[in-house]
Amino acid sequence: MLTAEDKKLILQVWEKIANQQDDCGREALERMFCVYPQTKTYFPHFDLNPGSDQVRSHGKKVVAALSNAVKNLDNLSQALSELSNLHAYNLRVDPLLSQCFQVVLAAHLGKDYTPEVHAAFDKFLSAVAAVLAEKYR
Amino acid sequence: MVHWSAEEKQLIASVWSKVNVEECGAEALARLLIVYPWTQRFFASFGNLSSPTAILGNPMVRAHGRKVLTSFGEAVKNLDNIKATYSKLSELHCEKLHVDPENFRLLGDILIIVLASHFARDFTPACQFAWQKLVSVVAHALARKYH
Repeated sequence: MLTAEDKKLILQVWEKIANQQDDCGREALERMFCVYPQTKTYFPHFDLNPGSDQVRSHGKKVVAALSNAVKNLDNLSQALSELSNLHAYNLRVDPLLSQCFQVVLAAHLGKDYTPEVHAAFDKFLSAVAAVLAEKYR
Repeated sequence: MVHWSAEEKQLIASVWSKVNVEECGAEALARLLIVYPWTQRFFASFGNLSSPTAILGNPMVRAHGRKVLTSFGEAVKNLDNIKATYSKLSELHCEKLHVDPENFRLLGDILIIVLASHFARDFTPACQFAWQKLVSVVAHALARKYH
């Protein structure tokens, strides 16, 4: 599904945001909760106020998982399989988090979030979401 | 009728006032064709769409992107009457153009990403919220006359 060129672009982008990865994770989650309030229903146990430590920490976890995925683009299914088990219920957050993550990348990278990079990343996040959904039912 | 808070209206207007309609429109449409290649089927008469470079440089894509975003401006000017604003366009996209309305949602999301890449930090979560609401309302209005 991901071409060689896609993989190259994904790795490049991930490298470009190396120093801001944790921030990107936090920001993507914050945007998701703000832009799509229905996603908050999956975190009733979290403090979702701005600056929340729980959101910051969960953002780090999300990015760590994506980093792992980026390192294993040839075998996403295996790399993410434990996460798939963790997300044990039918979450519809995947496309919404994908949109928010891409907005964050676009905001951080500006022109460098080229159409080609955008296409590769969209495919990557769709693939991640598909793997996570494998175990939903 | 959609309810817009004063803050949402202000955020929408403020972002729109800084948008270069020709550039953003061209970019949004080009990205649609690149990121979701199946959308190219609606533009068979546009000539060379064989690569991202070709698409980005294609004058018909640029012109049409500008046309699409200009039309979007009508929604911004008529937030309280978006349904009526797009009534005829909805019929056109159904009866003549045969476009699956799902593609309006995709274009809306892409427009948001284009805005984020241009405005960076200034495209705050609150801005994104207002604009995601707007693109969703527009997509809905465009789908409304489908039969």
